[in-house]
Amino acid sequence: MSGGGAVLVLGGRSDIGLAVAHAFAARGHPVQLAARDPASLDPEKRDIELRHRVSVTLHEFDALAVETHEGFVGALPEIPAIAVCAVGLLGDDQADLEHDPAAARAVMRTNYEGPANVLGILANRFEARGSGTLIGISSVAGDRGRATNYIYGSAKAGFTAYLSGLRNRLAGKGVHVLTVLPGFVATKMTEGKDLSPRLTTDPVTLAEAVVRASDSGRNILYYKRIWALVMLVIRNIPEAVFKRTRI
Amino acid sequence: MKLAGWGRYPVADCRLRAPRDADAITAALADGPLIARGAGRAYGDSAMSAANTLEMRHFNRMLAFDPDTGRLEAEAGVLLADIIASFLPRGWFPAVTPGTKFVSLGGMIAADVHGKNHHRDGTFGNFVDWIDVMGAEGQVRRCSRGENPDLFAWTLGGMGLTGVILRAAIRLRPVESGWIRQETRPAPDLDAAMAAFEATGDRTYSVAWLDCLARGRALGRSLLMLGEHALRADLPATLWRDPFGPPATPRGRVPLDLPGITLNRYSVGLFNAVHYRLGARRAGPVFEHWDRFFYPLDGILGWNRIYGRRGFVQFQCALPEPQAHRGLEALLRTVSDAGQGSFLAVLKKFGAETGRFSFPMPGYTLSLDFPVSTRTLRLMDQLDQITLDHGGRFYLAKDARMSAATLHASDDRADAFARMRRQAGHAGGFASMQSERLGL
Ligand SMILES: Cc1cc2nc3c(=O)[nH]c(=O)nc-3n(C[C@H](O)[C@H](O)[C@H](O)COP(=O)(O)OP(=O)(O)OC[C@H]3O[C@@H](n4cnc5c(N)ncnc54)[C@H](O)[C@@H]3O)c2cc1C
Ligand SMILES: NC(=O)c1ccc[n+]([C@@H]2O[C@H](COP(=O)([O-])OP(=O)(O)OC[C@H]3O[C@@H](n4cnc5c(N)ncnc54)[C@H](OP(=O)(O)O)[C@@H]3O)[C@@H](O)[C@H]2O)c1
Repeated sequence: MSGGGAVLVLGGRSDIGLAVAHAFAARGHPVQLAARDPASLDPEKRDIELRHRVSVTLHEFDALAVETHEGFVGALPEIPAIAVCAVGLLGDDQADLEHDPAAARAVMRTNYEGPANVLGILANRFEARGSGTLIGISSVAGDRGRATNYIYGSAKAGFTAYLSGLRNRLAGKGVHVLTVLPGFVATKMTEGKDLSPRLTTDPVTLAEAVVRASDSGRNILYYKRIWALVMLVIRNIPEAVFKRTRI
Repeated sequence: MKLAGWGRYPVADCRLRAPRDADAITAALADGPLIARGAGRAYGDSAMSAANTLEMRHFNRMLAFDPDTGRLEAEAGVLLADIIASFLPRGWFPAVTPGTKFVSLGGMIAADVHGKNHHRDGTFGNFVDWIDVMGAEGQVRRCSRGENPDLFAWTLGGMGLTGVILRAAIRLRPVESGWIRQETRPAPDLDAAMAAFEATGDRTYSVAWLDCLARGRALGRSLLMLGEHALRADLPATLWRDPFGPPATPRGRVPLDLPGITLNRYSVGLFNAVHYRLGARRAGPVFEHWDRFFYPLDGILGWNRIYGRRGFVQFQCALPEPQAHRGLEALLRTVSDAGQGSFLAVLKKFGAETGRFSFPMPGYTLSLDFPVSTRTLRLMDQLDQITLDHGGRFYLAKDARMSAATLHASDDRADAFARMRRQAGHAGGFASMQSERLGL
């Protein structure tokens, strides 16, 4: 335990978000878990407090209710030292989303608009304070639009670009921005999907990597690491070829 | 998906799901008999069901801790490693621990595990205050020595066959440090090893590593390791500042150490290697880090893979006191004659029997492991017979291949257990590949 400022986790019930909360708590950081229906996170609160002897507070947060975000941030017991956004929505099968604009919009808004909006508000607070770390969990899916998941992927692409812009803006202002680009992670989101074990990690291992990356001031974290290579290849396939592939 | 126990034998295609709440388990009960799976550290098929295996890893929350009594309430999927990580720095250690910390609370209760202190403290079950068990109809019962005492008693050591353990309250033991004051005594043969156990019955922890390749007069040659939780006052000044020591070494980073050497029987050999180390250490008391004393193999992540794709099998029996010497001699001679040195051979003295279907009995326990082959499987049948001839019994958490006839001949409690399962309605709700193989 090393102690430290509070860590806010947006999407506090997500498997990845909770694992990140544990990893920071294990180092002595108090935790703020923000989610819809926060009362249901009582067992998680107790568990983190028992294991790591840090305090945990629960906060109502809906990423899609963007007009509430300013008030949400203002009501936090303290402005956190570190804010992690693990909110995300994969949505139904892409083929279904293609014919259900409302559902597609929910995917776009949950992965881009909501996270960008709330991190933007936090960025201003952090900038004014002159310190802090913003961690956005985006996805390798944002690195190139593919037929099978471009709705989710395009929203993640927007979020990745937003984080990159924030980082650029806040460099030299004491605020650091870490973009996390997971490949496959075995979570609720991917349950029942047939994921190649070699390309898949688990939330606890990912969370450790995120905390290390945050400590060391890393900018972009692909995880598993092999995904950096995979995406380098995928990004560089000429469009004329890419458009005929099915990957 | 393909599933196996820690020994990677047998392997079977199993429908594996990881429920997130009790309702999901109730729903799974509708799909026919199921078996709970903890961390999968049982060696064989105890936690495997082709049709319905439920992994308990999402039930991993700690619920309450009383710093005055050391009582912890937690969900069944919580890992022992996490319990130690959280509570050792507060001065508490598991009252009983198996040889790996990567086991779940539910798995430790279901196998009613024993540790190096069995001769003094008995099994893990002695330190369980209550358990919440979901039965075949989906109802959850609080069980303790006072409430639903039968279900409580049968579930400790019941190998998941009486229901799914959801939560438990256990008592930890207070310790002043994370260090173990360790003493090692070489024993040139089996007589000496057993005499050393008899002479050290007052020690908290004792276990012997056997040199399985020793033959003839050296049969049973071993190193007896004794340990006590070090008091603060015992510690050398260098350890005062941080009496609980560093946390467990990060997974996979620990170099092969002491027992690791035994993994390679073509290397120098356990005995010589350790003898060498001993020489270096004789100068004074040795303070061993808890992780190395209790869990020497945990540092070598995935060590079970060194046996290759066919996997390996454990043989662990307990022999009653009066026949233990002759039985052990016969077992060791058979192994040594077969030229099948076991990589890991451990001898331990057991104390009193506890539990209705728990493994330990007063006497000695021997565990050996062998890579799977038709030869070693034949050898194990021989070892089974020798154990039966000497009134011994077998540890279900290690078993992967014994026959129903052998189990029932070794232990009349097995029939009672199977009967109880039918009468109480557990048989319709819970079954593993092992329970089917063994007629439980
Ligand atoms: C290196 C090593 C050393 C070991 N040393 C020892 C030792 O010294 N002493 C000892 O006693 N054992 C020892 N063991 C065996 C181990 O402690 C037991 O097999 C233990 O049961 C493993 O726990 P698990 O969580 O991995 O359970 P699993 O292997 O997943 O399951 C084991 C049994 O527990 C049942 N079970 C698991 N969770 C639940 C639940 N929630 N509700 C109901 N039933 C459940 C399963 O159905 C199965 O029958 C050792 C194992 C290894 C790999
Ligand atoms: N799993 C993978 O393979 C993978 C790969 C790359 C990237 N990611 C990203 O990793 C992040 C975490 O996902 P996960 O894998 O841990 O899956 P998860 O458990 O499904 O987490 C997603 C979380 O987003 C929350 N959420 C959705 N809509 C919300 C809203 N309107 N307001 C507030 N919270 C909302 C959900 O909250 P509720 O619990 O309240 O529903 C849920 O906790 C996501 O951004 C995901 O896109 C995951």
